[in-house]
Amino acid sequence: MHHGLPAPGLCLAKREGGREPTRMVEALLSLRINGEPAHVAAPAHWTLLEVLRYRLDLIGSKQGCDKGDCGACTVQIDGEPVLACLTLAAAAQSRDIRTVEGLGWAPEAVEGCHPLQDAFDRWDAAQCGFCTPGILMSAEALLRKVGGVVTREQVREALAGNLCRCTGYTKIIDAVVDASEQLHAEREQPEQSTGT
Amino acid sequence: MTDQAEPEVEWQLGKSHRKVDAMERMRGVTRYTDDIKLPGMLHCKILRSPHPHAKILRIDTSRAEAMDGVHAVITGEDLSTPYGIIPWTPDETALAVAKVCFVGDGVAAVAAVDEDTANAACEAIEVLYEPLPAYYDPEAALAGEHKINPYAKRGNLSKKVVLEFGDVDKGLAEADVVVAGDYYFEGTTHGAIEPHCAVAMVEPKGTLTVWSATQVSHYLHRELAKVLGRSAATIRVIQPPLGGAFGGKSEPFDLEFCVALLAIRTKRPVKCLYTREEVFYSHRGRHPMRMRYETGFRRDGTITGVSAKTFIDGGAYSSFGLVTTYYSGQLLCAPYEFPAYRFHSTRAYTNKPACGPKRGHGSVQPRFAIEVQLDKAAVELGIDPIELRRRNDIGPEGVTVNEFKIGSNGFLECLARVEAASDWTRRRAELPYGRGLGVAGSTYISGTNYPIYPNEMPQAAVQVCLDRSGRARVFSGANDIGQGSNTMLAVIVAQELGLALDDIRVLSADTDLCPVDLGAYSSRITLMVGNACLDAAQKLRRKVRAAVAKRWEIPSRRVTLIERRAMDLEDPSRSVPIAEAFNWAEADNGLLGEVGNYNTPKDRHGDYRGGTIGASPAYSFTAHVAEVEVDPDTGVVEVKHIWVAHDCGKALSRRIVEGQMEGSAYMGFGEALMERHDVDPGHNGVHIGPSLLDYRMPTFLDTPELHALIVEAPDAQGPYGAKEAGEGPLHPSIPAIANAIYDAVGVRLDALPFTPPKVLAAIEARRLREDADELPIFKAGRGRPDQSDRRSA
Repeated sequence: MHHGLPAPGLCLAKREGGREPTRMVEALLSLRINGEPAHVAAPAHWTLLEVLRYRLDLIGSKQGCDKGDCGACTVQIDGEPVLACLTLAAAAQSRDIRTVEGLGWAPEAVEGCHPLQDAFDRWDAAQCGFCTPGILMSAEALLRKVGGVVTREQVREALAGNLCRCTGYTKIIDAVVDASEQLHAEREQPEQSTGT
Repeated sequence: MTDQAEPEVEWQLGKSHRKVDAMERMRGVTRYTDDIKLPGMLHCKILRSPHPHAKILRIDTSRAEAMDGVHAVITGEDLSTPYGIIPWTPDETALAVAKVCFVGDGVAAVAAVDEDTANAACEAIEVLYEPLPAYYDPEAALAGEHKINPYAKRGNLSKKVVLEFGDVDKGLAEADVVVAGDYYFEGTTHGAIEPHCAVAMVEPKGTLTVWSATQVSHYLHRELAKVLGRSAATIRVIQPPLGGAFGGKSEPFDLEFCVALLAIRTKRPVKCLYTREEVFYSHRGRHPMRMRYETGFRRDGTITGVSAKTFIDGGAYSSFGLVTTYYSGQLLCAPYEFPAYRFHSTRAYTNKPACGPKRGHGSVQPRFAIEVQLDKAAVELGIDPIELRRRNDIGPEGVTVNEFKIGSNGFLECLARVEAASDWTRRRAELPYGRGLGVAGSTYISGTNYPIYPNEMPQAAVQVCLDRSGRARVFSGANDIGQGSNTMLAVIVAQELGLALDDIRVLSADTDLCPVDLGAYSSRITLMVGNACLDAAQKLRRKVRAAVAKRWEIPSRRVTLIERRAMDLEDPSRSVPIAEAFNWAEADNGLLGEVGNYNTPKDRHGDYRGGTIGASPAYSFTAHVAEVEVDPDTGVVEVKHIWVAHDCGKALSRRIVEGQMEGSAYMGFGEALMERHDVDPGHNGVHIGPSLLDYRMPTFLDTPELHALIVEAPDAQGPYGAKEAGEGPLHPSIPAIANAIYDAVGVRLDALPFTPPKVLAAIEARRLREDADELPIFKAGRGRPDQSDRRSA
């Protein structure tokens, strides 16, 4: 990973054994994130995850492995879940990028809270919460694609690329199915928690 | 508990709560350690050893220091004070001094303008090594002539414990059946999704602040002071919200010392974020153990004696290993009554990443062995395995053979719950060849009665303040690592003061702002910090009720605090908003703030050397039934269901307890079938797969249906009777699956993990013996596909 204060216009690229680092000019990127334009300079080889986290301070997307193994960095590009750690930021230009920070702005959100986030909260589906943003982005894509109440099996398949080490997945599946039911109003209000 | 005259009203207790801090995590605004960004921040990388065992002859950092963008380089000599999480075994240094002991040992650290430059500078550091022979097996290391850890007292022995209670030889001699078995636990790691990360900054007045993804801020604080040679008063440790830990962040790591010293040297903030590969090499996960068990049984299934001999592979450093060595024997003496028990446990240093505590520290491995032993005895004696466990139940309010006092015990109810939920009796009799059910039980501690470093101060302390708007602030040193301990504290304060969880702000794990707490380990927080919090909250409750009673001219016992109001119990129409009640109490008493303390009982352990290690104020109990499907042609084991019943004393927050039970069962399942943490001796001791792809943690598709069944046997030692729930429910996962595999296909897997090649080999070996008429045909007539063909052939 490369992150830190931008040296003005320059960044040191990874060098091959023994040679002095070579300086590389940053690229000016024009991205569209959560419906808004974002123009930012970053090294041309940076991934979308690096640009989101270390240039734009969109820290919701997480780095768990940096190799596409864990899914914690999942964002949506043109509506499809994508691993931001395996996507070059430059390749995401002129596409529609959506991160967890944008979930609360969706039309189905209530007071900045997406029904999925509300269901995760009610079910205690986030323990440490580190994998949760990525899971939410995969789950939201599933709910949109199915357009109705989802089955537990559909959730398992759609989220198979997202690792969670805390929950054993049970409450995440409960929450996603619940959210799909809330969105499609196919059952009575579930048991209310007493936390508030 | 609450005043005697007052009826118990469960306003918040036992409900399902929205956690106090989950929504910000889900909206992506929580700042974990790597999300901290400070002006002028530098980035640190650590150069690591490519050798499993070597002398360091020379380190030349001059080329690295001369590089543009490099601000400082440090080596072992700069941080040479040895430390260790256990004060009796300070056997590691932040960076290697004079020699390296495993592939991945830190040798030097760089602070540079960005990670690329820091990585390039690490490559420019020249280290001359003289390789030494490496040991990868504990018994070979004990016999070897080269000493791995220079601080070790004797050869490569890390710790040896020999304890005997009662007459074991007599117990085994009198047994009708003695089951003997050799078991092997290969070793697994934590796999928290957040990698370790630390940031350090020296404030203008000289205070060194270290933010770290740690689960033990207080111990980190102490070790930083020791190694850096400065007063703890000049150091502040903050644990930002944590992305999982499971024991993997429960001691200091090299990165914390490195960023601290580099921040002091450069006068700039410094961050270090481990790569996933570094997380695997830093490890401190579950110890490999080779275990030999002999267990004697009478014909009725009762145990007459247990003898265990265990070799523990410690890796390069002690970590918590002294405790692990005791725990490998000490934590086994419930839920079954052992009339006589002996264990020999020997931990050796090896040239591998150091092992330490992982969820269920020290006892998951021997629990696997003993629960399979019980299953073998049940088969041999023709007794139902659940019934055999019932007959050996130690019961509540007893004393174990190693002299630990047990309080409440809901083990029998745990067994009954999993038996009923899995439809055990009927289905076990009917399931065809290839499918089976297995049971296992366990116990675990709710914290330990003695802290890691001897002192007589409280084990936990909490400060609670009330304000005029009807809210509460809780200050606690406890580390919320995702398990929900901040919410647990809020539930207790809300229960006592009639508040909603939204009215409470919990500030935790900041050594400048919060009282000392020992941290998130050994499942201590709910019982210990919960008791301290209850103590403080009840003091405040008394003040608020007295102030209300005075104004209403009624006795205090008639006043209750509930639903954000103070209410007259005999005339519920009379009530005031809680804020007003707080204002009355503040008028009478001054600012409303109280501290609460908890210290452990000191009369519940054994009177012998080591008799305090593993003694706890209260013990949880668990039973699992696992259902498996084994493909006899491929050896692939699919776990379909795990029913997990856990006696947590009292569930303070129901869904959080269920989440701990499900997460525990999941983690044990992964260890049983998939996860392998090991190094490859054929490739110079490198890790066999230090990535989340190669280290196979179960995905959504792999994980069975998990059914959490809460059992409540309230314990007099716990807040409202509560005991632990975070670690105990893991233990039976592995043996329940092993026993279910036997029930499915009639083979014993005594070495973990149960990978398809091992399972297939065992199935084929049994078939050969069946064909030779040495063994009966397993589950004959119950869907055995090729039985008639082979018999007629």
